[in-house]
Amino acid sequence: MSGLLTGLFEAFATTLREMFRKPVTIQYPEEKKPLSARARWRIVLTRDPEGEERCVACYLCSAVCPVSCISMQSADRGDGRRYPEWFRINFGRCILCGMCEEACPTLAIQLTPDYEFCKYKALDMVYEKEDLLIDGTGKDREYNFYKHAGIGVVNPKGKNPDEYGPVDIRSNMP
Amino acid sequence: MNSCAPWLIIIIKAFLILFVTLTLAAYMVLAERKLLARMQDRYGPNRVGPFGLLQPLADVIKLITKEDILPTQADKFIYLIAPGVVAGTVLLTFAVVPFGAPVKIDGVTVQMPVIDLNVGALYFLAMSSLGVYGVALAGWSSGSKYSLFGGIRGSAQMISYELSMGLALVPAVMLAGSFSLNDIVAAQSRVPFVVYSPLAFAIFLISVAAESRRIPFDLAEAENELVAGYHTEYSGMRFGLFYIGEYVNIIVLSALAVTFYLGGWHGPGPLWLSFFWFFLKAAVIAFFFIWMRATLPRLRYDQLMHLGWKFLVPLSLANVLLTGFLALMFHWRNV
Repeated sequence: MSGLLTGLFEAFATTLREMFRKPVTIQYPEEKKPLSARARWRIVLTRDPEGEERCVACYLCSAVCPVSCISMQSADRGDGRRYPEWFRINFGRCILCGMCEEACPTLAIQLTPDYEFCKYKALDMVYEKEDLLIDGTGKDREYNFYKHAGIGVVNPKGKNPDEYGPVDIRSNMP
Repeated sequence: MNSCAPWLIIIIKAFLILFVTLTLAAYMVLAERKLLARMQDRYGPNRVGPFGLLQPLADVIKLITKEDILPTQADKFIYLIAPGVVAGTVLLTFAVVPFGAPVKIDGVTVQMPVIDLNVGALYFLAMSSLGVYGVALAGWSSGSKYSLFGGIRGSAQMISYELSMGLALVPAVMLAGSFSLNDIVAAQSRVPFVVYSPLAFAIFLISVAAESRRIPFDLAEAENELVAGYHTEYSGMRFGLFYIGEYVNIIVLSALAVTFYLGGWHGPGPLWLSFFWFFLKAAVIAFFFIWMRATLPRLRYDQLMHLGWKFLVPLSLANVLLTGFLALMFHWRNV
């Protein structure tokens, strides 16, 4: 009986005490939680330091995407550079896993900390290339894929800083 | 100008009470949501209007514009009137509550209850018994097993607790020597009855909590067992009527607890402050109900019956004897 009464009293005291505490709620549109350093949300396509598109339309992101929300059509620019003719991400399906970013050999596709991109219509969640492509370089400011690739687009073949020249297969005898 | 007909005064009072209690009930909902939220470290509704003060309005608009669904299995007539029974009996109870000191208008003394019945306490018990019909019929006529379970539980619970509630009223009636709520309040002009019989007050509060079908006695609704109990199938404003009924019920029962045991509208200061004292006391009791909801878990069915029949009823019977004995011994009143 006394256990019951103290139990009751403690319970009532607890709720009364909590009533005077500041609520823990974060009132979202006015207050926002600080994002973590590596928060990853909306996906963008970045450019290299020279302002050219980084994406070479290799389809790796599209292949690795677990929900198949990335699609594109590759094309050739004529000077050896490849680019996506169109590039489409359906954010209605995207689970923001970041595997496309990991798969990308040219650091073109990147996840940004912008998480407020809800839409009223499902079709508005489909982002085309012009919605995805940004002017900046994103995370890796110095990186230009063609300066390491060695196919002679930026510099002639074999003249990139970390490259040897082409091997003459006739003289390269054991 | 004494031509002011009594029936006119009654009608004016009735409309005033209807308006005030319904508004209070709406804001009671808001107050409960706010306080519950605070006790759970949340803010509660704060988007509609300043501090969410227009939330009840938004809720009413939503409820009115929602579709009124009639289940095919339902017993139509009873299904349609059951919410009205719940809300109506509760609102009718307010007719006998003296919520302020008598006011003199044009030389005519106007008593504050709509009708000063000489059996006011019995009228209240009768109305709360009738309210059981609303719950039982709503549960039965919905044609759903959840509703039926809720209705059965509700009626069993309310019949059980009506007993201890009625017995808890007996000391007040004994001490005042009258069933009229006006006389009961008048008898408490110096000392409220809670001083004479605190046990009766405690039993009355517990029984009243059970009577209003709220946590920890909300077996008739029991969201996690019975969906929503007896009003599972209801939607739109009919559901709203159950809701209003529940909250008007809290207000009425708080008002009656004040009337029977806390001295009614008596308080220090001039007579016109009596409305304020009454409101304040009732608000404290109402706050206690909300506080209890935030604190206690729901009783199991057998625990509920155990508490009612094996504990409260014998205790209140013993209390009647004790209070009667003490009243005779110490000449508390000319009993």
